[in-house]
Amino acid sequence: MSAIPTVPELQDQPWHLPSRGRIGMLSLIIGESAIFTIFVVAYVFYIGKSLSGPTPGQVLEVPIFNTICLLSSSITIWLAERRIERNEIKAFGLWWGVTIALGVVFLVGTGLEWYKLIYHDGLTISTNLFGTTFYSLVGLHATHVVIGLAMLLLVLVFTLMGRVTEHHAERIQVLALYWHFVDAVWVVVFTVVYIVGR
Amino acid sequence: MADQTLPISGSVDVTPPHAAAGTFLERLHGWVVTVDHKKLGILYVVYSLIFLLVGGAEALAIRIQLMIPGNHFLTAATYNQFFTMHGTTMVFLVGMPILFGFANYLVPLMIGARDMAFPRLNAFSFWLTALGGLLLYFSFIGGPGLYGMGAAPDVGWFAYAPLTAHVFSPGNGTDYWALALIVSGFGTLGTAINIVATIISMRCKGMSLLRMPLFAWLMLVVSALTLVTITPLTAAQFMLLIDRYLGGHFFDTQAGGSALVWIHFFWIFGHPEVYVLVLPAFAIANEIIPVFSRKAIFGYPAMVAASVGIAFVSLGVWAHHMFTVGMTSVSNAFFVLSTMLVGIPTGIKIFNWLATMWGGKIRFATPMLYCTAFVFQFLIAGLTGIILSVAPWDWQLHNSYFVIAHFHYVLVGAIVFNIFAAIYYWYPKVTGRMMSERLGKWNFWLFLIGFHVTFDTMHFLGFLGMPRSIYTYEPNRGWNGLNMVVSIGAFIQGVAALIFVYNLVWSYFHGEVAGNDPWDAWTLEWATPSPPPDYNFATDPEVKSRRPLWDLKHPDDPDWKYE
Repeated sequence: MSAIPTVPELQDQPWHLPSRGRIGMLSLIIGESAIFTIFVVAYVFYIGKSLSGPTPGQVLEVPIFNTICLLSSSITIWLAERRIERNEIKAFGLWWGVTIALGVVFLVGTGLEWYKLIYHDGLTISTNLFGTTFYSLVGLHATHVVIGLAMLLLVLVFTLMGRVTEHHAERIQVLALYWHFVDAVWVVVFTVVYIVGR
Repeated sequence: MADQTLPISGSVDVTPPHAAAGTFLERLHGWVVTVDHKKLGILYVVYSLIFLLVGGAEALAIRIQLMIPGNHFLTAATYNQFFTMHGTTMVFLVGMPILFGFANYLVPLMIGARDMAFPRLNAFSFWLTALGGLLLYFSFIGGPGLYGMGAAPDVGWFAYAPLTAHVFSPGNGTDYWALALIVSGFGTLGTAINIVATIISMRCKGMSLLRMPLFAWLMLVVSALTLVTITPLTAAQFMLLIDRYLGGHFFDTQAGGSALVWIHFFWIFGHPEVYVLVLPAFAIANEIIPVFSRKAIFGYPAMVAASVGIAFVSLGVWAHHMFTVGMTSVSNAFFVLSTMLVGIPTGIKIFNWLATMWGGKIRFATPMLYCTAFVFQFLIAGLTGIILSVAPWDWQLHNSYFVIAHFHYVLVGAIVFNIFAAIYYWYPKVTGRMMSERLGKWNFWLFLIGFHVTFDTMHFLGFLGMPRSIYTYEPNRGWNGLNMVVSIGAFIQGVAALIFVYNLVWSYFHGEVAGNDPWDAWTLEWATPSPPPDYNFATDPEVKSRRPLWDLKHPDDPDWKYE
């Protein structure tokens, strides 16, 4: 036995600590929230301070379909999480695939929106303060969606190769935590950009 | 002195020494690919010490320039680069990495874990931090950019807009500055996540949160604070790069942007950052002062509460750096009061350290000397902080040498002193050999004298109206003699630093063999051999009190009966 005092009565008690994966991901989410907070604050501070057009009211359309897709992907990924716990791999893969599809639809929607803004409305990141803050904030969120999708795709590939089992449930749930965060941030971005800022 | 009788049979590395060493290339490879928290901790500390010398050399160049009025040792442009690089280096390449290096090495040992929660993330974070440092210093070569303008960043370590705009800072110096801080910022974020996850999820059996060594507690607080501190800076740096490269207008006053926004964002990072740096210094004092006073720390729960309190309050004080930008009186009053509030938890800490020493059987070995000086110097630094928190006073003294003196009292008088203390204290654990006490005493007294000659005098220069960041001054200002004294003090500190480096190297080869527990300490790291084996503990330890080694050494009178 080692140098460390062993206490007999303690040995019988269970010693449970939170999962390091979850704690790590929660810490990352706290840090990311601070990044988003700064960009959101900048956006809110600069609402209506642009010296020239176009203004949000003139060019922005509320992306309702996009928002529904992204928010429902939180539900489908939750369904996938429940399936992997019960080792129903096929159903897991299905819901996981649906989640990815919804994420891709959201991303394509953002791309179309940006295409319209740039080529029809002439709004780029250097046009005015609105352009600078809009593309930064929405772009920051879209970057997170892209990173999230890349990781989700990796899991899908492993699932199709038959490498994913219920033993991976916890890791998958940690990844899902990140996806839930990306969705939750969208609620804030949506509110600030398309409701308050318009 | 070393207590070799500890029954540590299970945790002894039985590999013969020559088999473990390998060829030089094998060992180098081992260091580059390592994911071991101890090796990474050493890498962090060595990396920071190298940059400490670089940043120190920059400070000495600054002091040579200011020694006499109208000096031509440095040009104005080089001077601007040097004080920018000095500040950036000391905060981002010395302060944070060295303190995270200590955390990396010590936290798993103290909480009875075999490694950090995410060893590979740990290695990734270190190499990101290292890349950040290289990027920053590469600016001396790469900074001129295609048009040959500028070189190293020269915008001050807080880089106020609109000076950082392309028009005013052509060349790539500012870009290297921003990129270096973004890259090392992600490294810092990774380490912070790792430390939080390690402390929450990797503690050995019986180590409840309130039985953790205070060092681990404070590192938990610091890392949690870092999560929300370094990230706003990263965000602001991205905005700066968007402005500089994509033609954005975040800080572009010509297009309706606001320079004030940068100042807010920078200090939302910048003030909590001070606590990110100073709380680890507290953490070091919390371990060393009790061991050398031969008493358990006074007021453990109060220390934990005060640390958490400082972390929270520190998030709401940033605009005390901004009294002179013209805020409303309500904002001024808020930030005056919130800043003064910090004095309460810090005061609690100082009283607790004094109460720990009070009636103790104090042994003034080098680590304890440094910690004792730290307590008093930190008190003075805190008092000048309270002075500066009063907005009208700040209007008078803002951006004068009084402010420089105040924050160097914190950064050097508290943090660097405790970094020295920590190295003297844990060096035997890391290398297996004691550092020379004789050289340590020389190092301490010279550094103490140099520190006070330099930074006590600087306060008076501030009162006499000498502003910061000026590369020279006229002879009729009445600053001549004091500047000379400040510079002489800087050189005394430089000599002390060289003695320290010599001591580090000399002791590695010739130091007295330390044994496992040279200081007769109480936390788990001293139960392992020196240096600890790769796996730290052969069997998972279990603890029943805050001082597991005390319980082991005094089975007749264990702590757990009273806690």
